[in-house]
Amino acid sequence: MTENTIEVKNLVKTFGKFRAVDDISFYIPQGEIFGLLGPNGAGKTTTIRMLIGLLRPDSGSAHVLGFDVRKKPEEVKKRIGYMSQKFSLYNDLTVRENLDFYAAIYNNMPFRQRRERVDEMLEMVELGHIQRSQTRSLSGAWRQRLALACAIIHRPKMLFLDEATAGVDPVARRQFWDLIYRLASEGISVLATTHYMDEADYCNTIAMMYQGRLISLASPDTIKESLPGTLLQIDLGDPLEAQKVLINDPRVLNVSIQGMQLHVTVKKESDINAIQRLLNKANLPPNTIEIIQPSLEDAFTSLVSQQRVLDQ
Amino acid sequence: MKRLLTIMRKEVRHILRDPLTLLLILALPASLLILLGYGITGTSTGVTMGIVDFDKSDSSRAYVERFTASNDFKLTHDLQNEEDMVRKIETDKMDIGIIIPESFERELLTNGSANVMILLDGSGNPTDVSTAELKLTAISEMANQDLILKKVDVSGQARTLQMPINTTVKTLYNPNGNARLYMIPGLIPIILQVQAILLAALSIVREREQGTMEQLIVTPIRSWELMLGKIIPYLVVCMLNLLLMIWMGDFLFGVSVRGSVGELVGLSAIFILGSLGMGVLISNISKTQMQAVYISVFVVIIPAIILSGLMFSRESMPDFTYWYSELLPVTQYLEITRGIIVRGVDAATLLFTSTLPMVIMSVGYFIASVFAFRKHL
Repeated sequence: MTENTIEVKNLVKTFGKFRAVDDISFYIPQGEIFGLLGPNGAGKTTTIRMLIGLLRPDSGSAHVLGFDVRKKPEEVKKRIGYMSQKFSLYNDLTVRENLDFYAAIYNNMPFRQRRERVDEMLEMVELGHIQRSQTRSLSGAWRQRLALACAIIHRPKMLFLDEATAGVDPVARRQFWDLIYRLASEGISVLATTHYMDEADYCNTIAMMYQGRLISLASPDTIKESLPGTLLQIDLGDPLEAQKVLINDPRVLNVSIQGMQLHVTVKKESDINAIQRLLNKANLPPNTIEIIQPSLEDAFTSLVSQQRVLDQ
Repeated sequence: MKRLLTIMRKEVRHILRDPLTLLLILALPASLLILLGYGITGTSTGVTMGIVDFDKSDSSRAYVERFTASNDFKLTHDLQNEEDMVRKIETDKMDIGIIIPESFERELLTNGSANVMILLDGSGNPTDVSTAELKLTAISEMANQDLILKKVDVSGQARTLQMPINTTVKTLYNPNGNARLYMIPGLIPIILQVQAILLAALSIVREREQGTMEQLIVTPIRSWELMLGKIIPYLVVCMLNLLLMIWMGDFLFGVSVRGSVGELVGLSAIFILGSLGMGVLISNISKTQMQAVYISVFVVIIPAIILSGLMFSRESMPDFTYWYSELLPVTQYLEITRGIIVRGVDAATLLFTSTLPMVIMSVGYFIASVFAFRKHL
């Protein structure tokens, strides 16, 4: 039908009166890593669950690899991989048995071929040395890699990751994303949800969800650049008090506390002097004020607060 | 088909992997049969009795001896007054009290009749109480008979005297009143019922709880493949339980199967399939293992123990209770096991009363579970 791996049009899902997914549309080209971001409850997991056939959409259409997820869910299931934050593995089975189980569930390949594929996966995720250990004894990072291997053992063309890096240390996350990159370079498309902003930077395209709606859809760089105004990073003694002083000033678009520093978005670069004066007057003299490149986290907080204002 | 085998292989691994699980599901049912089989002797030799004998005459002693001579009652208390007796019964120190008035022998000799008061603790098991009541009345009657005979003897006509009706009671199947012969064939169905329903329900709900069900749903496996793949290994487990229990009944308790073992095993397989199906149906409406256990225990298992006829007769049950028990295949299956093991009848003899209803319901539960089972969260 198309070369897009996923095409979603006007997708809606409600639970009772709550609109979990509210009329969203997007597409994912083949081989792309697509990030779905948003606060808890924004509708990311619901969206994924509709795309993999765990939930039925109320209205709208969704095609995965050319198949309508409502009409041909089983065709979709054969061709996709799915890994959730729970890393659902059988704890009393060994690493190898888990892999072999999923290999056998998906494919009718003969025993020899299946064994080779399992070996290949063990090598890829570097778990060959513990293949005879029961899964329950594995660390979080190893479990995560095993879950990924289970999810792609049948060579899916599309991989869904639902907060697949939750609860894993930064080094392991880094390694995990290296693997995802490798898969994408082999032509597998990836849809990942996360709330780690550093992970969002790995994505080709980012969709930001808020209260069931898509509030932004662009590449990470575009999103950062599209942030209106100028971002100032202010280092001072009492950021909490300073936030109260600045938040109602007409020149200030957004204020957020990032660690011990204050990130302030102002309308134009020259407002920097006015901010300096304002803080001095409030007896909160800043140590430094500098103009910085916005991070995704800044863009994200700014977009969400804009949306809150629009909603009111 | 290949996927079905894959699921089966995985389930077998779950069972074999953990030695404790293996021990629990294979040895525990048999152990329960030992515990209950030895525990239940059935004879009520333990009925304790106290007397207040105000008369202390030969006649009163002879009267009391009639009760103590039978093995049914044990004289444990010789008391001085009525209040003592009531207190002993109240505190459950004894079950029966006999009060013989001071005038017992005198009245017997002069009037030919005397009064005796017997108190019986009615708070126990109603069946035991009425049995005790019957025995007490029967012994009293015999005492009367003997006294009359003695009286007649004095007039010299005893040799020609005969009781008008000669009754012969012949107990079929279990002439010695061996309680095990009654209990073992009844315990087997109950144990299998508990085993099958919990194994099936928990193995499915566990996957839902640990999140692997979600993973399975996104694979192309079909619902029936998943369900049968889970159930077949447990059918094998339950059949092993059954064979072990039949063997133990014979070897340890001398309860051998009088009818056809083949029929017993075949019908048991159908019953087990139905019970596994009930477990699957329960798993369909349970989100957690706790919910599954509660529904199993309160909706099926406890009613099965109480209502199936294991311990209480079903004839006297009110309609609603009676029909509820009819909906549990264990009720008819229990009649089949008692029929085949104790009475040695064949399944055809019980066709319309037990065999057919049990088969229809078990197959019904099983088919319903195949169709109702959907891979969902």
